[in-house]
Amino acid sequence: MIEMQQLVGSFAENKDIAKRIRIEQIMPALSKGKEVVIDFDGVSGATQSFIHALISDPIREFRDVAYANLAFKNANDDIRAIISIVYRYMQESLSGEENDQS
Amino acid sequence: MRVHFNNQGNLRNFRSFVESLDFSEPQKLEITTHDKWITVHPANLVLTAALAIKVGRSNSVILGKVPDTGRYLDRMGLYKLTKTKSPFEYREKEPAGRFVPLSVIRTAEDQSRFIADMIPLLHLSEENATIVKYVIGELVRNVLEHAKASEGAIVAAQYYRKTNRVSIGICDTGIGLWKSLQTYWSPKTDAEALNLALTPGVTGTTRREGGSSENAGAGLFFIKSIAKITRNYFAIYSGSAEYTLHKHDKRVSAPRLFADPAQDPHNETGDAPSLNGTLVAVDITLDETPELKQLLTGIGEVYDRAIRERKRVKYHEPRFI
Repeated sequence: MIEMQQLVGSFAENKDIAKRIRIEQIMPALSKGKEVVIDFDGVSGATQSFIHALISDPIREFRDVAYANLAFKNANDDIRAIISIVYRYMQESLSGEENDQS
Repeated sequence: MRVHFNNQGNLRNFRSFVESLDFSEPQKLEITTHDKWITVHPANLVLTAALAIKVGRSNSVILGKVPDTGRYLDRMGLYKLTKTKSPFEYREKEPAGRFVPLSVIRTAEDQSRFIADMIPLLHLSEENATIVKYVIGELVRNVLEHAKASEGAIVAAQYYRKTNRVSIGICDTGIGLWKSLQTYWSPKTDAEALNLALTPGVTGTTRREGGSSENAGAGLFFIKSIAKITRNYFAIYSGSAEYTLHKHDKRVSAPRLFADPAQDPHNETGDAPSLNGTLVAVDITLDETPELKQLLTGIGEVYDRAIRERKRVKYHEPRFI
């Protein structure tokens, strides 16, 4: 479980922290097929670029493993909207890459 | 260099402010004002402050008679960046208004601290604070990441009670949009670079759809779209290119978003006095702002559509003979 408030405070905008969480926690866990729960309790908002820096690479790298094993807890409506946006555009982008590779 | 503050300093008239700039003699800065009344948008203020910081305090001066409304320049911290002593004095307990004075942000930690500290200064509700944090968070991060600005990002904001609006200006004297997009997009002109920067999915760090691990090329498009949906002005100025999004007509119930910035009602020029750096400014009317969730979802759909359309261009066409 990654408790975001302890790492980012009440508003998640520092992409350096997002990158660190991604590299040190999310990617290693997904590479072992483990579940990663990202808990936004106490976080009131996030920027799109923060969420992109946090989860776009895991989605690109692990695809189905990421969709199955990444979970978001206590995300308010704004944060849910941003996570959904990143999920959608990453899948939109990757479907093209799959076609290119086939 | 010369900057003049007149009595129409808002984003509607941003073009005329830009056209009045004089960047000759880049080693010094002279600031003048209208002699009876001035109004200053944070955009005009941060640009002036960025120039003052660039040339240094000892080479920056505020000249001529400054009207009483010039007190605002002092309150926002501009006098401190020049060698001119402020002629204004304050009584204790004089209301300070709701503004964020000129601030310099050089690191991600500065940015987080600034965002946490600025909201109490604007006295915003939690919901309104989130959108302001969002806008400043994205714009400042752009500077820290892409501008290579040794002086950092210069930021100021003002809340206007009468119109229930927050105006924000962010400026840097870094490499500018043209240079920052050269590696992957090779824009020929500042105007082309500016249009690319506003296009969803275009980032200076890759040409790959979906962006790089840290950049999606969505930041400026999202901010411009927030301004459009909330029926406000948005302006961006870099090199000799300047673009101002017009305020959307109130008779149109739901402003439509376009991936191509040229389709939005706007004015633009590629022939402005050349700014070494980038300025972005936006107004947010809090009454008109739908919930952030709703706002972002609509913007995200346009971003998806832009990716789909760009991919379609690359599809193989059937070979008919």
